[in-house]
Amino acid sequence: MTTGWTVLLPLLAPLAAAAAGLLAWRAPRIQAAVGIVGAGVQLATGLVLLRQVLREGVLAVQLGSWPAPFGITFAADLLGAVMVVVTGVIGLAVTVYSLADIDPGRRAFAYFPLVQVLLAGVAGAFLTGDIFNLYVCFEVLLMASFVLLALGGERAQMAGALTYVTLNLVSSALFLAGVGLTYGITRSLNMAELHLRLSLIAESRPELVLALAGVFFVAFGIKAAVFPLYTWLPASYHTPPVAVSALLAGLLTKVGVYALIRVLTLVFPPLPGAGSFLLAVASLTMVFGVLGAVAMFETRRILSFHIVSQIGYMVMGLALVGSDSPAVRTAGLAAAVLYIVHHIIVKANLFLVSGIAARLGGSFQLSKVGGLATAAPWLALLFLIPAGSLAGVPPLSGFWAKLAVVRAGLAGAAWWTVAAALGAGLLTVLSMVKIWTEAFWKPAPDTATPPPPPSRWRLALLAAPSVGLAALTVAIGLYPRPLYELSRRAAEQLLAPSSYVAAVGVATANDSAGRGGEGEP
Amino acid sequence: MELLLAVVVGGLYACGLYLMLRRSLVKLLLGLVLLGHAANLLIFSAGGVVRGEAPLVAPGEITPPPGAADPLPQALILTAIVIGFAVVSFAAVLARRVFEVTGTDDPAAMENGS
Repeated sequence: MTTGWTVLLPLLAPLAAAAAGLLAWRAPRIQAAVGIVGAGVQLATGLVLLRQVLREGVLAVQLGSWPAPFGITFAADLLGAVMVVVTGVIGLAVTVYSLADIDPGRRAFAYFPLVQVLLAGVAGAFLTGDIFNLYVCFEVLLMASFVLLALGGERAQMAGALTYVTLNLVSSALFLAGVGLTYGITRSLNMAELHLRLSLIAESRPELVLALAGVFFVAFGIKAAVFPLYTWLPASYHTPPVAVSALLAGLLTKVGVYALIRVLTLVFPPLPGAGSFLLAVASLTMVFGVLGAVAMFETRRILSFHIVSQIGYMVMGLALVGSDSPAVRTAGLAAAVLYIVHHIIVKANLFLVSGIAARLGGSFQLSKVGGLATAAPWLALLFLIPAGSLAGVPPLSGFWAKLAVVRAGLAGAAWWTVAAALGAGLLTVLSMVKIWTEAFWKPAPDTATPPPPPSRWRLALLAAPSVGLAALTVAIGLYPRPLYELSRRAAEQLLAPSSYVAAVGVATANDSAGRGGEGEP
Repeated sequence: MELLLAVVVGGLYACGLYLMLRRSLVKLLLGLVLLGHAANLLIFSAGGVVRGEAPLVAPGEITPPPGAADPLPQALILTAIVIGFAVVSFAAVLARRVFEVTGTDDPAAMENGS
């Protein structure tokens, strides 16, 4: 089954846009225009891909026309396709926002092509069917994010970028080591083939497979920012311009969560004890993240800590895959997928709104701003939608996502984690209320020095993506059924990897013709 | 041979981590380089250290002859080296910029100063 070149388009579109943008090195205006086109085409091709996957099931394509384990596999299942669509949405929103937010100094150093490279790397990570290519895509998106984070060279940025770069490189080195060990044990890197071989090896050498899963867990755990590997995130995400923060906050940690989901459902067979271990990690991630947020008084720092706590909810959904009951497994994974989609949209939007608020109020420090509710009532509304959604206020998207996670947790009898989720939810409300009262409600302090307000045109450019994302949040909130159904189907597909394996078309593990020896190194 | 390689890989990881834990940008950078090397050597030894024939596919055949060495670990390492080169170059430039902007090469002092 080598149909479906649509699989590659969401990856190729931003890559081509990046290349075209780099050709126009001296013309940032052209780069910006090309960037918008690239992100738009990625979104459009993502939607086409999703439609096709919904209709035909998992799509796979082998590069170089070699049959499955030898060719370079790209495959799109529902999870991958949904994630690509969300990537396109955020890419487009952030690129439009950047038109008004990014200063000429950063534009001159290929800001827009870098965003495209990042989008290509993210889409590649969601679509690759080969674990080494997952590593390569991670490196592509990391490299772009390194430069975006450090571009501009402000003092705070430098310290943040150093932490970010170091810990992500450690994580990459671990991931690479894991890939090498996987190859040593299984003689394969194709995820579909690994699924078959690792479940065979797990029967004879379970401890080997468990250790391997541990390496991958730490590597992806750093990228996803789970407890106790999250410290790099709040140290770096608040330092770059808001558009970059929004892009990283929306997409990057979720690529880590995606990799965890992919590896734990497709590549590895069910591991003993993984469920309860992940539940503990999820609880601690939620609680520590939200406690960090409560202690902060700078908008972007608060939002960064909330990323961590929200990752906990996604991991909680994933952890329920360790349950004995198939219904709980599906419900948990569906909740995780729903949560990821909701969270990407809402979190990116919160960062965008915080950027507008800082432009009007003059600072990200909550003590130095105030009175925005009277000065800009429309902005107050624009903040309330994603903030309420993050806190889980009905009928916004966050309510349904939280409800799905908690219901799955109750069905899976994960009492402690449900308690942690509800407690973290309450504290999330608290810190959203904190931003609301400080930045919007209280009168502006005398020391406040609001900068000259941006021009109407610029303000419209800043607000438009935010309005679009808020509309999506409300739409998901009012009509949660289609997205939940989609998540549930994605979860069912993930829990029955045979369709993925069949689409990729690898031979069963017993007749591995032409490959080196099987089994142990 | 595999035992020797295992010891070398372990030593590289240990040195790399030790260097990264020192409070110096340059040592941090060197530590990252060593971690990358350790991972590459790990792939090499996990791929199996055997003396095999060159994995050339004879005309008309579709698979290399039995007993041929596995070329894939080397291909992986080659890719990883290229990526590692790019990443380390970037990290070196970043370290230099960090030093220029903050005036110190001690990451801990930087956190307090900003």
